[in-house]
Amino acid sequence: MNAPIVKAKGLARHYEVGGGLLSKGKIVRALSGVDFELSPGKTLAVVGESGCGKSTLARLITMIEEPTEGTLEIDDNNVTPDNWASLRSSVQIVFQDPYGSLNPRQKVGYILQEPLIINRPDMSKQEREAKAREMIELVGLRAEHYDRYPHMFSGGQRQRISIARALMLEPRVVVLDEPVSALDVSIQSQILNLLVELQERLGLAYLFISHDLSVVKHFADEVIVMYLGRAVERASKEEIFAAPKHPYTKALLSTTPRADPTATKERIKLEGELPSPLDNLPGCAFAPRCWKATEECRTGRPALEGDAHGVACFHPE
Amino acid sequence: MSLLKIRNLSVDFATASGQFRAVDSVDMTVEKGEVMAIVGESGSGKSVSMLALMGLLPWTATITADELSFEGIDLRSITPRARRKIIGKDLAMIFQEPMSSLNPCFTVGFQIKEALRLHMGLNRADRHKRAIELFEHVGIPAPESRLNVYPHQMSGGMNQRVMIAMAIACKPKLLIADEPTTALDVTIQAQILDLLVSLRDETGMGLVLITHDMGVVAETAERVSVQYAGQRAEEQPVRDLFEHPYHPYTSALLNALPERATSKLLPTIPGVVPGQFDRPKGCLFAPRCAYAQEKCHTTPPVPSGDEFGRALCHFPLEKEQRGVS
Repeated sequence: MNAPIVKAKGLARHYEVGGGLLSKGKIVRALSGVDFELSPGKTLAVVGESGCGKSTLARLITMIEEPTEGTLEIDDNNVTPDNWASLRSSVQIVFQDPYGSLNPRQKVGYILQEPLIINRPDMSKQEREAKAREMIELVGLRAEHYDRYPHMFSGGQRQRISIARALMLEPRVVVLDEPVSALDVSIQSQILNLLVELQERLGLAYLFISHDLSVVKHFADEVIVMYLGRAVERASKEEIFAAPKHPYTKALLSTTPRADPTATKERIKLEGELPSPLDNLPGCAFAPRCWKATEECRTGRPALEGDAHGVACFHPE
Repeated sequence: MSLLKIRNLSVDFATASGQFRAVDSVDMTVEKGEVMAIVGESGSGKSVSMLALMGLLPWTATITADELSFEGIDLRSITPRARRKIIGKDLAMIFQEPMSSLNPCFTVGFQIKEALRLHMGLNRADRHKRAIELFEHVGIPAPESRLNVYPHQMSGGMNQRVMIAMAIACKPKLLIADEPTTALDVTIQAQILDLLVSLRDETGMGLVLITHDMGVVAETAERVSVQYAGQRAEEQPVRDLFEHPYHPYTSALLNALPERATSKLLPTIPGVVPGQFDRPKGCLFAPRCAYAQEKCHTTPPVPSGDEFGRALCHFPLEKEQRGVS
């Protein structure tokens, strides 16, 4: 039905660390080869533990950084640093930390107008102000909040301000980088509801980055599970939660605490931690922690296969 | 005799704008070998009440209590010297942020051996042996070489394990874990929680788990105390609490969990936790409560009996009321 608005193919981002006059730097493969498509009105969730490259992905989509390899298309425009400036207003981001992402010296009204001042120079002051006031209402804040400073707001309200700021340029894609993980449960539900309402009203496409699977289960349409810079599984929400194929997804689901004391616990215990992204393993990145790993897994790297339900594993469930 | 007994504990902070009551008449009992959870949102006073117990609050805090005893020792009148003998040995705490709770200037080996030297009186060789043993216990790979590492050279999960190793170094009788897994990934979280529970099984220590994660509570705790704005809203065994909460706050909190959602829009609790200046006269939850009546806004409630989960509410919820909020 809807044509995808974001198309990513083989997106990769490598960083060079260390190195000096005499020694050569090492390469951190923060993200290697991720494909996905994102359609208007849909939510794509990216889940994984810290260090799996989900925030790097957000930085590539929002055009903060240039991918090392791969192509990114937004609205059928191939994204290159030359056209970043014109495309950036259609992709906006909401950051995780509602305390650190708002300038404490600016009033809410100015915070909201700043994107317009930069990107819509021909807009008059009155128009900008009207738009900011309208946006304040839209995200459920009150009109008198317009002249206040960020420190006068609670965490949940600040996250509303961040969302309002992201929507000022009427983006079609919003990247939500752990938007509720810093909030309490009662506030979290308010913000999630707001995001759902906004999506329905404005037909936004969300790239929802999270490590909280219970939120993802509630919120997403499609899920990508990442491990050490690679997508290990990609499927619709229903498929992922009902029939996970990759051992890592299975382990992740089994260790997510469920708020039900009567549920039977069958935790899959993973030994050890994420390997360092510095030592580019030849095989599957999950093999050292995987209970199904065989010789094949340690030497060859499985590709993400399958159309509707993709999985990168030699021994899927 | 209970391991820990707290009756009517209140903590006030002197702030520039007047007195602020962070903990308001909280009661709690922890038995030997029990896993007790304190849940609450930020600002509910769950950490402050435990810090008061440990004597770790700054001088601006005034602590009042009818009873505050650990193994029959009155912690209100104890001398600082005697307190130092207990704290870190029989009564230990795991702090929330391992990165900022460990001293960046010393190796983790030095920091863990310090506790062993002060409390256990072991000699150098025994301390070294015991430190390695502890690191193995909490699942730190290559313990011998990790002893010589500084906190910044390890990941958050590893540092959290160091914190736990330090806390259990002297075989405490009561371990207070303040959000021990909040900064960690779920697979590591599961490892740490399993470790804490298995330690409890081995040594029979009491465990107080401070958290805001209902999932962690459901899977780990045996008894749960729900705190709201410094007060204890409700206390019940874990199964009963999740099955039939009596306090409207607990009920609303459980309904707001995404995994209990029945539709795309979640039930919410309107408003925010009251602060220093907008503390209501009656029940503190009344302004946000779906069932609040005239009385709730004027008269503070008293805890009801055990049959209503000691809910701090004038009108504890009946069965048919739950789930509609």
